[in-house]
Amino acid sequence: MIKVFSKEWFVERAPGLLPAYRKHMTEYYAPKNFNFMYYFGSLALLILVNQIVTGIFLAMFYTPSARQVFPGVSEAFASVQYIMRDVDWGWLIRFMHTTGASMFFIVIYFHMFRSLMYGSYKKPRELVWLLGMLVFLILMAEAFMGYVLPWGNMSYWGAKVIISIFSAIPWIGDTLVTWIMGNFIVGGPTLNRFFSLHVIALPLVLLLLVVLHLAALHEVGSNNPDGVDVKHGPKGNRWSPDAPKDGIPFHPYYTLKDMVGVGVFLLICAFIIFMAPKVGGWFIEHENFAPANSLVTPPDIKPVWYFSPFYAILRTIPDKGLGALALLCSIAVLFFMPWLDRGKVKSIRYRGTSYKVALTLFAIAFVCLGLIGADVASKVILHVLGPNTDITWWLHLIGYIFIAIYFGYFVFLWVYTFFGLERTKPVPERVTTHD
Amino acid sequence: MTKRIVVPFVLALGLLFGAAGAQAQTLMDSGANVRDQASLQRGAKLFMNYCSGCHSLHFMRYSRIAHDLGLSQKDVMQHLDFTGGKFHDNIVSAMPVDGARQWLGKAPPDLSLVVDEMGADWVYTYLNSFYFDPSTTVGWNNTILKNAAMPNVLWELQGIQVAKMSTPKPGDKPVVEGLELKRPGRMTPAQFHAATRDLTAFLEYVSDPSALPRHSMAPWVLLYLAGFTFLALLLKHEYWKDVH
Repeated sequence: MIKVFSKEWFVERAPGLLPAYRKHMTEYYAPKNFNFMYYFGSLALLILVNQIVTGIFLAMFYTPSARQVFPGVSEAFASVQYIMRDVDWGWLIRFMHTTGASMFFIVIYFHMFRSLMYGSYKKPRELVWLLGMLVFLILMAEAFMGYVLPWGNMSYWGAKVIISIFSAIPWIGDTLVTWIMGNFIVGGPTLNRFFSLHVIALPLVLLLLVVLHLAALHEVGSNNPDGVDVKHGPKGNRWSPDAPKDGIPFHPYYTLKDMVGVGVFLLICAFIIFMAPKVGGWFIEHENFAPANSLVTPPDIKPVWYFSPFYAILRTIPDKGLGALALLCSIAVLFFMPWLDRGKVKSIRYRGTSYKVALTLFAIAFVCLGLIGADVASKVILHVLGPNTDITWWLHLIGYIFIAIYFGYFVFLWVYTFFGLERTKPVPERVTTHD
Repeated sequence: MTKRIVVPFVLALGLLFGAAGAQAQTLMDSGANVRDQASLQRGAKLFMNYCSGCHSLHFMRYSRIAHDLGLSQKDVMQHLDFTGGKFHDNIVSAMPVDGARQWLGKAPPDLSLVVDEMGADWVYTYLNSFYFDPSTTVGWNNTILKNAAMPNVLWELQGIQVAKMSTPKPGDKPVVEGLELKRPGRMTPAQFHAATRDLTAFLEYVSDPSALPRHSMAPWVLLYLAGFTFLALLLKHEYWKDVH
């Protein structure tokens, strides 16, 4: 007689459960030399959970309606203030959600950069990279639609600008824009469908993609800062004779290590949430505390900081169609990373000097494009060169330079590796920290 | 390795915030402090006496002010409620919106979120930057919001400022170079600065009342998380002893 809910009881009824747990946790052998850059995957997962849980509570009190409740203020805008003031702990739930949104992108950008540093997109992890890129794409849509929901003035005008990008598509552009908005202008129907997409459609897709991303990773195994495949190294460790010698079980080793990362990360987040949740207008923009108003255009319409590098690419190029195309390409080109980079050596530690320089320049260009898109660059230029500076000319100049570096990175990478110009250092047999 | 990643990141952040600092315009420093309860109480009194006739705080309740500012229901209802609202009502000005549009050309905006939108320094500077200007319909103008529809309602406290105009080059119009107190009010300039600082602090509190619980909770939350992180670190070291 097997006791109900005992281990044997479960094994008999769900025989796949324990093997799945072992495969992904206690018998998932990760290389033992993960460094700082390897915290961001688990942190991204933590934020995803945070966004879902806080989002559930926000949706209990938020009303997706552009109907006016008192002069100039919509029900949606008022319901956000209702959460902030009348709902018990509503401010905490909302600031956790808004801070989570920005932190998500910080973490994801680090996570992606880690991949570029250590060549984690290369064979055999192309699928992991592609699924990750899809996650990034959906995340951008999710964040954009979430930003529209408070129905502040920047929500409204931001939505208008971003949606109008689609009008650059030849022939069907204008019809497509009307179809997306559900109206001839951004309005109530737009808000309602963005709410639906933000809380149901996109999170479902996001979750599915994250599961696939992890499943694909656990099939091929994790890369590491040395870019050496531990699966191809010597076999046999303390836990199993078939397991890689330089691998350690994900649980408890990396669950505990990630716990430390989580602690530090939560300290940073708690500081932001409790001391400066708007982060000086970077996480929640000042203009968005004014309700949506179709008659008052904010002085400079710009998306939240995490879109600003891509927004800078769109805005620097004066032609709308070409700008939209460049924006599309700047994201699309990332999908081709595994095939653009033909180099056999994965980790930046053993790659050619030119590669290191190129990646550094790429990172600088990305940050600087962000500063241009976030309107910081124009203010700095005015400050440095005086108020009579031809700001448009300067912004175009530095904008084009950084766009050239951004795309130049990919061109360089292909030429550099396809024609075998790279002079790499010898890659060690095993991870450098083995005993 | 960690150093090579962290250092550029810190440098980039420094650049970012340095750049953000470079944006600072010619606003006065408000010095408003939402944690100074007495200042908030004085600010509330000023707001209710001088502002609530035209400006609403649709997102603020009298009862919330009583709770957060350490006032009794009687205090608030007798000394602060001039709109005829009930204790748990929102603060809605008695001025009809349509009438206001006709009288002033623009309905006075709701001020619930004005500090979050414009910043405390802007509000403080605005309150201090009215000057007498007979060319406008209300007789007042403001250096940081040109041709504001609002008259200087605090003039009896501040007195009357006039603009010092520049001597323009031929063909240019003169611009306001500075303000000068022509006729003193009931308050000295220092007293008026303190009063507008109180008013700004009150409006900052109204913009985000969660600042009060947030700030008082922050040290405990951070301490708790620091303790958690420390324990997690010890546990990690214990388990990782055998990884070489």
